[in-house]
Amino acid sequence: MLKRVKRRYLWLHLDLDCAPNQKDFMDAVWGAVTQLYGEHGASLTSFALIDYDIEGKTAILRTSLVTLGVVRAALASITCLAGKEAAVHVLAVSGTIKGLHKNLKA
Amino acid sequence: MKRTFADLHLRLNGKDSAATQLILNKAEALGYQLISVPCQPEARMEDITKLKSVCNEAGMDFASRVDLRPRTQNELLSQLRKFRRKFEVICVLCENKDVARQAAKDRRVDLVSFPLLDFRSRFFDRAEAELASSSLATLEVDIKPLLVLEGPARVRLLSCLRRETLVARDFHLPVVVSSGVSEMLLLRKPREMAALASLFDFEEDALLDAVSVNPLAIVRRNREKLDRGFVAPGIRVIKEGDDC
Repeated sequence: MLKRVKRRYLWLHLDLDCAPNQKDFMDAVWGAVTQLYGEHGASLTSFALIDYDIEGKTAILRTSLVTLGVVRAALASITCLAGKEAAVHVLAVSGTIKGLHKNLKA
Repeated sequence: MKRTFADLHLRLNGKDSAATQLILNKAEALGYQLISVPCQPEARMEDITKLKSVCNEAGMDFASRVDLRPRTQNELLSQLRKFRRKFEVICVLCENKDVARQAAKDRRVDLVSFPLLDFRSRFFDRAEAELASSSLATLEVDIKPLLVLEGPARVRLLSCLRRETLVARDFHLPVVVSSGVSEMLLLRKPREMAALASLFDFEEDALLDAVSVNPLAIVRRNREKLDRGFVAPGIRVIKEGDDC
């Protein structure tokens, strides 16, 4: 029987002075994942950008549960975004977007 | 139960109080409850107390730490005699094998650290781990080089760290993961540090212990020893006087 893929949603905060656009952010995330785990490792993460708030410097990223550690490590290794020094912090992790918003409000 | 997270190696510039305050506030916001900053061995008690009060104002506990960089075994022994009662955490930066072996077997040493970029000088092998496992020394791993290095240098470092953590695991030696950073944007949350530590094949349950249980155990043990009532492990003076 086909097993349902469990997903995790990560609410991220971008810590830097300027406001990078969505493409710069995704380039940095893809760069970090491929640099650490290679293209094969990156392909297993099946991550996708769900939401990006340029003003609030927050983003919601979706990944599979089994590669949550991989994505966490890759996000922690980001030190540069759009040519500026930066850090990406995970604020909350949830199995549903609804749960993430609940965490966000709390 | 909620974990208490600690970073035993935050580098601060004591002269720049504004930057110090900013980094400490950031560390508190990221979820650390205990911070340790390497002080100069000759640092005055007033300076350490001042740093401690700044940390407390930021809402964190502070543990004084000194990094010793001896060249010989005798120099290490002399420095340990001199500084053990002054600092809560003692880290020995081992730059040669003799010092590494002496540091591993001496019960006054809390942390052993090795040069991060000179891979030939990383003397943490099975003999070192065996000595350390019979004393109280713990292996310290800084996260900073993983963030600043790229390409072959990072690959080599990861390979070294993977081998060392495997040896440490074989001898049930605790490992402490610290930041080792001085810049605010290189500070990471404790769980992010644990995620980075997973790059060198740390066991799942040991990941969070390396940023919470292990560093806290060192500080708690040394505070107990530095307490006035301490006699020996498990023996404390509870009351003194004629009516005892």
